Amino acid sequence: MTRLLEIEDLQVQFFTSDGIVEAVGGISYHIDAGETVAIVGESGCGKSVGAMSLLRLIPEPPGKIANGRALFEGRDLLKLSNADIRNVRGREIAMVFQEPMTSLNPVFSVGRQLTETLLRHTNASEAEAKERGIELLNQVGISDPARRLTQFPHHLSGGMRQRVMIAMALSCEPKLIIADEPTTALDVTIQAQILELMKNLSERLGVAQLIITHNLGVVARYAKRVNVMYAGKIVETGTATEIYHNPRHPYTLGLLASVPRLDQPRGTKLVPIEGQPPDLTRLGDGCAFRPRCRFATERCANEIPNLRSVESNHMSACWHFENLDQQKSTVA
Amino acid sequence: MSVAETMRDGNSLANADANAEPLLRVEGLKMHFPVTEGLFMRRTVGHVKAVDGVSFSVAPGETLGLVGESGCGKTTVGRCILRLENPTAGKVSFAGRDVAGMTMGEMTELRQDVQVIFQDPFSSLNPRMKIGTIIGEPLRVHGIIKDATERRERVAELLRLCGLNPRFADRYPHEMSGGQRQRVGIARALSVNPKFIVCDEAVSALDVSIQAQIINLLEDLQEQFNFSYLFIAHDLSVVRHLCHRVAVMYLGKIVELADCDELFDNPQHPYTQALLSAVPVPDPTTEETRSHQILEGEVPSPMAPPPGCVFHPRCTRATEACTRDIPELQEFTPGHTLACPIVLGK
Repeated sequence: MTRLLEIEDLQVQFFTSDGIVEAVGGISYHIDAGETVAIVGESGCGKSVGAMSLLRLIPEPPGKIANGRALFEGRDLLKLSNADIRNVRGREIAMVFQEPMTSLNPVFSVGRQLTETLLRHTNASEAEAKERGIELLNQVGISDPARRLTQFPHHLSGGMRQRVMIAMALSCEPKLIIADEPTTALDVTIQAQILELMKNLSERLGVAQLIITHNLGVVARYAKRVNVMYAGKIVETGTATEIYHNPRHPYTLGLLASVPRLDQPRGTKLVPIEGQPPDLTRLGDGCAFRPRCRFATERCANEIPNLRSVESNHMSACWHFENLDQQKSTVA
Repeated sequence: MSVAETMRDGNSLANADANAEPLLRVEGLKMHFPVTEGLFMRRTVGHVKAVDGVSFSVAPGETLGLVGESGCGKTTVGRCILRLENPTAGKVSFAGRDVAGMTMGEMTELRQDVQVIFQDPFSSLNPRMKIGTIIGEPLRVHGIIKDATERRERVAELLRLCGLNPRFADRYPHEMSGGQRQRVGIARALSVNPKFIVCDEAVSALDVSIQAQIINLLEDLQEQFNFSYLFIAHDLSVVRHLCHRVAVMYLGKIVELADCDELFDNPQHPYTQALLSAVPVPDPTTEETRSHQILEGEVPSPMAPPPGCVFHPRCTRATEACTRDIPELQEFTPGHTLACPIVLGK
């Protein structure tokens, strides 16, 4: 498979009155053409900031992409001029945001917002763009598309708005869709509809997807490869099967043990991760997960662990990943 | 297995008398909100049937889960129990007394026994009050502890009970994280020694690692104090983990009610089945082999619910009769009731 996007040592900082927040502290990952990759982590771990900075959607200041490269088909997205990155946004890399309520503009009709991308990026005339808009709405399963084009976002339900967002993302046939918590605001049955739709479309059109989510179930159902983030760093990366069945980082272990599961009988004990996520302005030396980790040793306090290979497609940033079995047995 | 037997099996129910009068009984509860139009001549143009004939009961020490998607009326049921809404019809009785007929004085008493934990730990705490004042307020209002020094001691004890440092009493809500605030909300609910707590999406706003801490806290507290929960949630995995019995709501009605494991392992109502199959399980191998039933369409407007069974427009098994007859909750097996004549074979 061809490499579509290669991110190397991406580092994003925010300059706040409390000090420098290291939102993304040097992450590297890749996405192949047509592949679905997930980034999971809890609030504030930097998963959204990391993805937004690829399209340079981080407000600067206070934010700053401090370091790194993001090679998209050989071009470094982080070094493109403003005019060039605008040609990438929406045309080659499209984005689906979390809040279908706020990410559509309430004062413009669905049709105007949907065709805007087409008019900006292609030579289509208004009439052609409208026709394509109807076709797109049809594709994402919206009934009576011609009428919908004239409606405004407040006429639509949350699920419908997210379908419109997906239609917008698909409009210029991008090679990659970044979906930032695409279904978090939706009910489960609508979530299932939307994710199934995205999966079918990406398979049919060969679009690669980067799904950013906190929901471990969604990842298990839809992603082939997973990056787990904690405090601005990727702590574990591998195929979904490896990550779920053979987790090799204490944080991943902790996450899997703390999430209640639909297929486990009542009364199964949850093992929460004690403590709170760290303050990103004061990360200091050593592993950021150390204060909450049952396996921490002195080495973890002094040296920041880098990703090391567990197996060919599986890496963990833990000094002790070889010796986690004891904890794992209490989890399984 | 009957409900009574199941309840005796539940560990936190060891002390509960299964034959006792239920602590809370809800019968035929209806809550219709009028929809008005017009600026000067306000007239009612319709009703939102948020809750439309709901009946259930909760035993002492039991956790009843109330699940469903947004707009199904689960929160309104909770609000009617707390009498934050005056129901259109039906009866809510707590420990044998009718809540609707209570005087102000009796309501004050009731609110000592029935407490609530809200979803959003950011908006349910007054930002201008210190944590100690927030937790101590119910004690002051109900005149349980009149002396300020004693009250401070009790607040410290409650903070410790909920896993917080007693020094937090002097902090303001904005100085705390979401998980810590939710612990404050729990401490406030516990302060008056309630018998019944309505948890309205109490863990939904939290990250998984913090959510597990709060779920365990809720479980431990119930084991210690033996109160009942009405656990309103949309996250079915959390409900499965925490509840003794579960009621599934759709468009203002309960469509299925059963013992927790029975409901999740042996769902019968087509809506329950679809709802459960929509929830992804955090295990790629299971996900590959599981059948995924994707529901078509969306929940209809509660202003104009479909005739007959409210689920029939989205149901794969609907017959002509379903568009006409309103199904009643009927027993499937002892303790397992559902509102679907097709499944029941009637």
